[in-house]
Amino acid sequence: MTCLPVQTDKKLGLVIDLDTCVGCQACVTACKEWNTGGHMAPLTDIDPYGGHVDGVWFNRVHSYEHTTELGGRTVNFPRSCLHCEQPACVTVCPTGASYKRASDGIVLVDEDKCIGCKLCSWACPYGAREFDTDVGVMKKCTLCVDRIYNDNLAEDDRVPACVAACPTSARHFGDLGDPASAISQLVEERGGVALMPELGYKPTNIYLPPRARSQRAAKVDAPALEPIEAEGGFLGWIDRMLSN
Amino acid sequence: MHPAFSVVFFTTATGAGYGLLALLGLLGGFGFIPADFWLGLVGMALALGLIAAGLLSSTGHLGRPERAWRAFSQWRSSWLSREGVASVATFLPAALFGIGWVFLGKSGGWVAAAGLLAAAGAVITVTTTGMIYASLKPIAQWHSRYTLPAYLIFAGMTGSVLANALLQGFRQGSTAMLIWALLATLAGWGWKLATWRYNDRLEIPTTANTATGLAGGTVRSIEWPHTEENYLLKEMGFRIAREHSAKLRRITQALAFAVPAILLAIVYFLPWPLSAIASMLAAVAQLAGMLVERWLFFAEAKHTVTLYYGRE
Repeated sequence: MTCLPVQTDKKLGLVIDLDTCVGCQACVTACKEWNTGGHMAPLTDIDPYGGHVDGVWFNRVHSYEHTTELGGRTVNFPRSCLHCEQPACVTVCPTGASYKRASDGIVLVDEDKCIGCKLCSWACPYGAREFDTDVGVMKKCTLCVDRIYNDNLAEDDRVPACVAACPTSARHFGDLGDPASAISQLVEERGGVALMPELGYKPTNIYLPPRARSQRAAKVDAPALEPIEAEGGFLGWIDRMLSN
Repeated sequence: MHPAFSVVFFTTATGAGYGLLALLGLLGGFGFIPADFWLGLVGMALALGLIAAGLLSSTGHLGRPERAWRAFSQWRSSWLSREGVASVATFLPAALFGIGWVFLGKSGGWVAAAGLLAAAGAVITVTTTGMIYASLKPIAQWHSRYTLPAYLIFAGMTGSVLANALLQGFRQGSTAMLIWALLATLAGWGWKLATWRYNDRLEIPTTANTATGLAGGTVRSIEWPHTEENYLLKEMGFRIAREHSAKLRRITQALAFAVPAILLAIVYFLPWPLSAIASMLAAVAQLAGMLVERWLFFAEAKHTVTLYYGRE
């Protein structure tokens, strides 16, 4: 059914810290590695060693220069499915392949029902869905459903692959529907924002904007160098003559 | 948006087919067009042929066409599914009307009822097609009050010009049909000009700032996540140069509206068979022009995902 659940028991999602993301692409490769053998496998690559490399990825990291009156800064920006509360990608699906789970709010695709009409990718403003031209179906982030409920993994590892891989802890996973959860507290404390709120998709994933510039920046300027005295003697005279 | 030929052809052909079907259903069913076997046969074959060719073409757009039957299931939420249901359901009254009007030579009674239902089905199907595009919020040029009326007006327009060509071809032409086709063409022209005017002045609230959540100032893409074009850019990052767009708009206006309007005006003064030839030329020119119009409808539409790639 592509009608949306009225409400979900949980709102599992990610919080991404744009202040600490260094754009290392570790989340991108960890995602690809896990998911090419996971729930939506394979994440097909087309012509991977040729001149027109293409392929399916659930997570892509962009880099931007954000310039304001205070100056400019580089912001690395991971982009993946936001598991929206109002996902038009689900309601436009003609076959029932796309669905939003009532239990945890994760948006998934049933690959056996997808006819590859691509309309869901048109309906997603965030570019979260990528078509697998080899298999002929649409693919997307699963929030690692095959990790987060996986009893075979150690409890610490029951988080999405991208979260587990992040070396700067810029990615956080949890229940954004529970105001008491650590992840909701983090959003509250850091003033997290939703992407393209004007379109009304109500994304579950939240981005933490870069922190304000510190006024207490470390002093890095070294003491001024002493002036160099002019060299005397014969060698000094040659040096002066050659410098003219 | 990438103008896939299968979808460009599909929407243009089915629009013309449903427009013609609706007119034949109403005019034939209620006896305004005499139940002539050959006229009816050619007319219904043309209408249903355009619809069937369009629907077949649309399955060429699918990754897994063998599963297309699944698309009839989600009519509660999906305009695409509703389109599938409506298009197939319309074949039933259309077939009944065709049997009654063409093969039994009848009008009125149950034939009129079937014709009316076929016309209603045609309007509903074109509405669902228009809503597929009008409901997509990420594409501001489509998510506007101009999109749905455009699909209905253009279906009615191409259907009317085809119906006029059909009637003129069988020496059954009437001044009323001719004037109607001419007025529909002028209405289509006006609506297209208004749509272009609206789109050219569109101020889209979604920007690179709201897309990234970075408030204030400017957000400039300095590095893509990948070096080559990916699915998103191939499918939704299509760009058309402004001068090409202007040129294609002129071609659209000439072929789809100006040439048919002039030809239809001349038809009034022409004897048969010249009137028939001019009417058919008008229909052919208009269909060619509408293919260009539909190509532009896709090519000029900008998806919000391009903001992430620094393509404003």
